[in-house]
Amino acid sequence: MSKTHHLTSPFSEEVIRSLNAGDIVYFDGPLFGIRDLTQIHIFDKGNPPPVDLTGMPCIHTAPSLRRVGDKWEKICVGTTTSTRMDRFTPGLIGQYGVRAIIGKGGLYQGSLDAMQKYGAVYLAIVGGAASLETEQIEEVEAVYFEELHPEALYRFRVKNFGPLTVAMDSHGRHLYEEVGAKIKEKLPEIYKKLGVI
Amino acid sequence: MKELDYSIVEEAAKQLYIKALCELPPDVRIALKNAYAKETNPAARSVFDAIFKAIDIADTKKTLLCQDTGLPIYKVKIGSKYNWNGAAIKKCLSEGARRATQEFPFRSSSTHTITRINPQTSVGPGLPVIYYDFADDVDTLDILMVPKGSGSENMSKMQMFYPQHGIKAVKKFILDTVIESGANPCPPGIIGVGLGGTADLVMKLAKDAIVRPVGQRNPDPMLAEMEIELEEAINATGRGPMGLGGDISCLAVHIEAAYTHITQNPVAVNTQCWPARRARAIITPSGNVTYGY
Repeated sequence: MSKTHHLTSPFSEEVIRSLNAGDIVYFDGPLFGIRDLTQIHIFDKGNPPPVDLTGMPCIHTAPSLRRVGDKWEKICVGTTTSTRMDRFTPGLIGQYGVRAIIGKGGLYQGSLDAMQKYGAVYLAIVGGAASLETEQIEEVEAVYFEELHPEALYRFRVKNFGPLTVAMDSHGRHLYEEVGAKIKEKLPEIYKKLGVI
Repeated sequence: MKELDYSIVEEAAKQLYIKALCELPPDVRIALKNAYAKETNPAARSVFDAIFKAIDIADTKKTLLCQDTGLPIYKVKIGSKYNWNGAAIKKCLSEGARRATQEFPFRSSSTHTITRINPQTSVGPGLPVIYYDFADDVDTLDILMVPKGSGSENMSKMQMFYPQHGIKAVKKFILDTVIESGANPCPPGIIGVGLGGTADLVMKLAKDAIVRPVGQRNPDPMLAEMEIELEEAINATGRGPMGLGGDISCLAVHIEAAYTHITQNPVAVNTQCWPARRARAIITPSGNVTYGY
């Protein structure tokens, strides 16, 4: 039976380990925005994040922001496909203590193993619904590695951010893989009905 | 008749890009509502709830529905009963796309393919993508604007089958392509299919298919039947909205077909995500612009 959780970031290991695949999550608090270039900068070019990410959620994004004086204002913040950034995830979790990756499309086995080992989850957001996400972001609190914008490291503050589905949990469950396995089972019958075998 | 002021076409090209990014077409909204009515999986229903909230916010705040502003595509149909200046139209579409990006402003998703430098204009060599077609018996310029996001475009696939493989291989290829694309193209969307033609034409046909309003079938009964069969097969997979499981995995399958070579049997799949964005303008020689979808 799926549960709905209302959480506050940063997250403790205990809270994250209480989440199960299929649960729905909403949360308040800080959220970090990352993307391909941010993580290439951190991991491939050896620039550690200039801010503590312990217990934090990170979202795969490339925001449209506007600079007004010394503040950044949101224009549109949405989520991009996660699979491209899979190889950085064990590092984010193991080395920097990140407890939740938010994205769409899911991640692979290496990331799932790190989630199980260190206590982290993958939360699936509804892709394409950027207007809703933008509404739930209260403020852009800081931008680190600014020269990489729109692929810098962003600190947002969010309110009631969700719905997010726990798609990969810290107990080794992977919802996308489970859906995939069911498709594999049904496929011979679907092929037969379509008349292709 | 007085010469048309082409700044009207440029302004329309700009407005179309913005309108497409902010307002989802009515046929797509209806298709999403119908899909929601059929969906029984609770997690999938919560995905639809978020979708409807996002559409509402984009409507009321006049803001972008999805952050992926896509690659700009303009499909132009030039009426034969007026002396439209094709070169002027081309310039207007490019300027309109650039101005929309910089004046709204929104993120340019267009970049140099090797250096990856993005001049934040949405335009450049080859962009916007423009297709020209012609219409008899009208004097209007019909412009359809499609911002194509990458989550779905990256899942595009084509295959040159041989005649001996028949329609069986083609249907299997379409289903397998949709299954392999998983959650990446933000399902449930429109599965565009091209059949026949040359290697480039078959992919263009698949792109034509994704802009057909949902609810319209191919007028050829054989192709219409194939659309229904494939829709049923895709929804039977249980992939569900955003790939998390559910009854609805696509809103529609649209097929467009052309004649092909006697030795060829080409097929292409071009998927459109659930925010199946498009906007249309019809411009008269006197400069009246009517917006639609």
